[in-house]
Parts: sequence; structure tokens; C-alpha cells
Amino acid sequence: MAELIRYRDDEAVDHPAVTVDSFLDQSNANAVRVEPGDDARALIPHLTQLKLVEVNFPAFGDGRGYSSARILREAGYTGELRAVGDVLVDQVAYMRRCGFDAFEPDAALDPGDLAAALDRWPEVYQPTGDGRQPIWSKRHA
Amino acid sequence: MYKYDQYDQQMVDTRVEEFRDQTARRLAGKISEDQFKPLRLTNGLYLQLHAYMLRVAIPYGTLDSRQMHALADIADRYDRGYGHFTTRQNIQYNWIKLAEAPDLLADLAKVEMHAIQTSGNCIRNISSDHFAGAAADELVDPRPYAELLRQWSSFHPEFSYLPRKFKIAVIASDTDRAAMKLHDIGIQIVERDDALGAAFYVGGGMGRTPMVAPSIRDFVPLDQLVTYSEACLRVYNRYGRRDNKYKARIKILVHELGAEEYARQVEEEFAHLLGQGVEPPLAELERIKTYFADPAFQDASNDTIDRSDPDFALWVDRNTVPHKREGYVSAVISLKPVGGIPGDATARQMHVMAELAKSYSFDELRVMHTQNIVLPHVRKAQLYTLWQTLEAEGMGAPNLDTIEDIIACPGLDYCSLANARSIPVAQKISERFAETGKTAELGELKLKISGCINACGHHHAGHIGILGVDKKGTENYQLLLGGSEAADTSLGKITGPGFSEDGIVDAVEKATDVYLRERSDGERFLDTYRRIGMEPFKEALYG
Amino acid sequence: MKILTGNDLKSGAVIWWTGHDWSLHVEDAVNVGERADEIARREEAARRVNAPYAIDAELRDGRVRPAHIKDRIRALGPTVRPDLTLKPADPEARHWVI
Repeated sequence: MAELIRYRDDEAVDHPAVTVDSFLDQSNANAVRVEPGDDARALIPHLTQLKLVEVNFPAFGDGRGYSSARILREAGYTGELRAVGDVLVDQVAYMRRCGFDAFEPDAALDPGDLAAALDRWPEVYQPTGDGRQPIWSKRHA
Repeated sequence: MYKYDQYDQQMVDTRVEEFRDQTARRLAGKISEDQFKPLRLTNGLYLQLHAYMLRVAIPYGTLDSRQMHALADIADRYDRGYGHFTTRQNIQYNWIKLAEAPDLLADLAKVEMHAIQTSGNCIRNISSDHFAGAAADELVDPRPYAELLRQWSSFHPEFSYLPRKFKIAVIASDTDRAAMKLHDIGIQIVERDDALGAAFYVGGGMGRTPMVAPSIRDFVPLDQLVTYSEACLRVYNRYGRRDNKYKARIKILVHELGAEEYARQVEEEFAHLLGQGVEPPLAELERIKTYFADPAFQDASNDTIDRSDPDFALWVDRNTVPHKREGYVSAVISLKPVGGIPGDATARQMHVMAELAKSYSFDELRVMHTQNIVLPHVRKAQLYTLWQTLEAEGMGAPNLDTIEDIIACPGLDYCSLANARSIPVAQKISERFAETGKTAELGELKLKISGCINACGHHHAGHIGILGVDKKGTENYQLLLGGSEAADTSLGKITGPGFSEDGIVDAVEKATDVYLRERSDGERFLDTYRRIGMEPFKEALYG
Repeated sequence: MKILTGNDLKSGAVIWWTGHDWSLHVEDAVNVGERADEIARREEAARRVNAPYAIDAELRDGRVRPAHIKDRIRALGPTVRPDLTLKPADPEARHWVI
């Protein structure tokens, strides 16, 4: 397991996340792991209780986790949103845009490539809840 | 037509540098082919039968002479002097070197072009009516809406790893020239109570499970167009099947849920997204619209066409279509010379078309999904000189919408997915009908050939369709009848057992003979088929 | 016989395994027998080939001929553009494919 990359200042949760099913089954856990087939909306009533949501990417081509992330952020979740699993350096910029602020990839990311990827896009076409101003908004400022 | 501002230019330039970096990491062994593949695909780069193939986006099929010249230069500089116009209004090059691809993309960016999302499991280039802005029957020009959606869908972070590819078409007339209902999302701009809006059809497509898209919503207000599209995509991204590549398109989701249930889920997501501020202001649409204002049409109402040259008169009758302005027509440049390769154009021909656009069509060209090129705004008085140049350059075939105007995918001559060759069949059919002289007699007859079940050649939607299959290691061709991609969209039915390469040419001729024998006044092939059904054709083919 | 083919990583050109290197010409291909996977893995890791795979072929008149038409088209080039094939001057080349 590669090391945890975080873009947050608070203390990281240091215990394992539980599955969505066991969390909803009256767990008092504060860390949960969302699998691609899980409905992230099921967590919405419990967001204030959560400090960490891990979104698992068993295969990098399975893009359901991007929607899960946005849904949680749109619902007001402010805790850590961590992408885990088959997370590649060419995906982290899009993941950041969808609200992820931590990464725990199976294979280590080259720090130079990571920095370049996150630094690359000075402008964006869409608002995605990450606070960045879309191009259309700048055009009509 | 649309022009990039500093932002659009920066996005494309950034993409070039990103791909340059990704390519360097691939060549240095820092990323595997499995990891690189989706990256190169979202830049239009395939590994094909003979080499890498690059598909360049031509958004909604519109380009100017500078861009067409650049496409020609790319064919000469990076490829082997030609390109292939595709059934989704793009162009592809067959002999690209990976190491040179970033430079090629940089050359494209200089003329406001790119290969972004022309492949891969993402939202693809948005197609539209090739007569947009010129057609006599359109409500409005559909292209500003397509451009709005192009920007929304470009680099969309949530929708870059969809279950499967996603194709959108936008039209704005009741005559469908873009096969709108055979797209993942088909949008028709409509008018209701003096306001414009968008009718959404979702879940159409060809491929191995062809489906005509059902209506999902008959009116989306224009200031909610992006939000509604985002809702459609989010439901698909979350619930589209990922367990089986062949069931991963949105048509399967819509079919399995039922159109009503899918629409209900979209409405729920839409209601939620309305509060998220994803919609650009209408001012953005208005800004885009200004780029699509009419060119400075002249008073051409007294223009006449001198029909004294019969070859020219035939071309005028076949290859020009009515224009919204008196004295103008849209002229179609056929890329279907008899015996030629459908959709191929040499660098020289591209240069010629670019110059013709500059001289006769307000610097504008369109790519048709039928693999021809349109000069959208030509004065009638200038048609003869235009035609003379086309004739001299091998682009004057008077065969629009005839049996010679065949759509054919690249097939097994170029494509690694194909099971059989498409191009030789197209060549033989056009030669046969040109020889027998029946082309004219047959009138409108849309023949479409695919070399495999993925249906890039739209065989399901041909009045006559041909599907190449692999029969124990030899090429075999199935015949389909009765398809249409127009407003009366329908899917063709297979006649029966398949044919050999030569046999399929005979079979097509037999089918057309049935039509000539059975037709009533004014009926097209498709009309006769719909009236008399499959039996008489089967009888002639297999009896 | 089994022969090994793939594409050159940089140029994309169709290439064939000769026993010690890669060639543009199918005539140079050798029987790899059971060693296809091993060679493919090694060569791919060394980035001398992209997307390698083994195919069936036969020796006909002393020439290697892939069993499937797809690989024969790969070996020669597009049948509809003889000028762009590896044997532009050979009118018989097309018959070898089909």
C-alpha cells in the first residue's frame, strides 16, 4: 500500500472504514467505505457523524466513484473524501474536481507527475462544487 | 462559425501539453499500455490494423477553409496524403506514429481544432444537422446548442470514465438529417408557447442491439439544458451496466429500466441538480449564438442556373438542396466517386474544397454523416464554375442519396474490430449500378455497409443495409432491408442467409429489381418495402 | 505453426517476431511454438512491441501465411490501396490475402 496523500489540515482518521451496509446497520463508526455499487445518497442523513468517506476504485476504468464523490459534496459533506484503490496519476485532477481531498492509491504516484497533473489546468469548463470558477462565469463576470 | 476565445484556446493547448507528457511517460515505460489506452483514446488515438489511427473532432461537422487546409497539411505531413471522413462528421488518419501524435495535436490546436474525446468511454464529439444555418426547414440553427454542450462535456470530470462511449446529436428541424434518434441522447430544439426548448430522446443507438431512442422529456427550457443533460449522464454513470461491455450503452439501461422509470430517475436528479448552479447563464448561449449569425448574403433573387450542360444539370438536380435564402443553395461535394473509397479525400482534394469554400460559400464547409462535404451557402449563379472545378478534381459525382452514395465503415481493410471488408463491397456495388445505368431509375436509395456488428456503417438504418460477418474464416455478408435514419427512423430486417462478396452485389441488384417491378408512382425503395413487406424480396433472393 | 505479431510502440507499424528481433515482413516470422507468451511478455516489457499476440500460420510454398484474413491484411496492407501495401508492385499480392 502506498502512502496516504492528503490535501487537508485536520488529523487523519487512523482506524479502518466500515462498509456502507454495516454503517447503516446502526454503527457509530465515523469512517465508511463506499464501493462502486453503493448508493452514496444512503449516507446523507448521517453526514455530520462522518469524518472519513473512502471511495473505492477497484479498477480505474469504473467511474461510479466520481458521481459518489460529487453527491456527497453536494449534500454538504465536509469531512475527508479519500479515493482508494486503482487510482492513477492521470486521474487525480478530475478526482480533485469531484471533491476528493485525499488519495490512497494501490501503487505509489510519482510526486513530480502528481504535482504536474494537479497544476496543469488553469481553467475549467464546468462548476463541480470544488469552488473553481468555470470559464462561462469568467466570460460573464 | 464559432471562434475560440482565450479560454477555449488555453484548454486545447493545455490538452496538447498533457498528452505530450502522457506520451513521453508511455514511451519511457512509466505507464503501461493498459493505463495509457484510455488516455490516448480520449485524444482520439487508436491502435488499428496497420498503425495508430487518429480521429480528429469536427464539432457539429462545421469547419472553415483554414481548418480544411490544415487537415490537408496534416495528411501530408503526418500521414500518407489522405484522410477519411467518418459517419460522425469527423476525420480520421490511418497511419499516425505515436511519437508524432503530440506534434500533430499541436498543429491542430493552431487552427482551433483538437481530437478531444473522439474515442473512449466519455461524451464524444457532438454531431448536428449538416445543413444547419442553411436549411429552408429549420426552426433555428442547432449549432449554438451543440457548442454549449461541447464545452460542458469537454473534460467533464464526473463523466470521463462512463460505462461506455456516449454520443449526442442536436437538430432543430422536423426533417432529421443527423440520425438523432439513433444516438445516446438525441436533442431536437423545439418551440412551445413562443419559447424555445429542447426535446430529449435518450437511449438510441445502433451496434449489436439497435434501438430507436424513446422520448424522455418533450420540453426542457433552454436555461436548464446543461442541467438536464447532466442529470441524464449522472443516472447513466451510476447505474449503466459495467459487467458486460456489450450491455454497457445507455440504451440497455433505458431499455431495462423502461423509458418512464429512467425519465423518473432523471427528473429526481434534475430536481436536485437545479440547486447546484451547474447551468451557464443564457448570456453564454447568446454569446455563442453571435458566432452563428448569417453570413452577409447578397441579393441573389435574380440568379438563374444555366442548364444547357446536361451533366451539370444532372449534378444540380442531384447534389444541391434548397436554401433558406432565395438565390442560394447548399451544394454537396460527393466523396463517392464510382468505384472509389467512400469518405476518403486526398490532401489535394481537401485543399481544393477549402479554396472552393472560400470562393463560393462564405468560407464554410460541413461534413455530412453520410461522408460527403457540404458547401452550405452557394449562389446559384456560381454553381457552374464550382461544378467545373469539382469535375476536374474527381469530386463531381452526381449521386447524392442514390445507391452510389454508399456509407461504408473502413472495415477489415483498416479496422481491427472488423470481421469483413466493407470498402470493396461498396466499390463493386457502385460500379455495378453505374454500369447498368439503374442509379437514376432507382432514385433515393440509401445503402449502408458495416464490416462488423458495431455498425459504424449504420447498416441497420439503410434502406438497404449490409453487414459483414466472419463465417469460418471467410467474409460473408448479410442483407438487411427497410431501415431509415430520417424522421421516420426504423431498423432494417435481415433477409435470410448471408452471401459471398460477389453474391452480395447480385443480391442487392435483385432486391432493387423487385422494387422496380413492384413500385407505385412516386414510391421510393423504402416506401415499396414498407408496403409490400419482406416476402417478395425473399422470394427473389432465395426462391 | 504459431507466429508472434504486434505493433511497434512508437510508429505503430505491424511487426513480426523473427526469433531475435522484429521485422516488418511476415516472411521473416518464425514458429514460436509454446514460447509466445514468454517472448511477448519480455518484448512488451522492453517496449519493443505493443499489444503482441500469437496467431496460427502455415508455410505455403515456403512462405509464411497467417491463417486468418485479418492477419494477412495486416501483413500486406489495405487491399483497397495496393499503392500503400508492402508490395505495391506485385499485382498478385492481393490474391495471397483473399
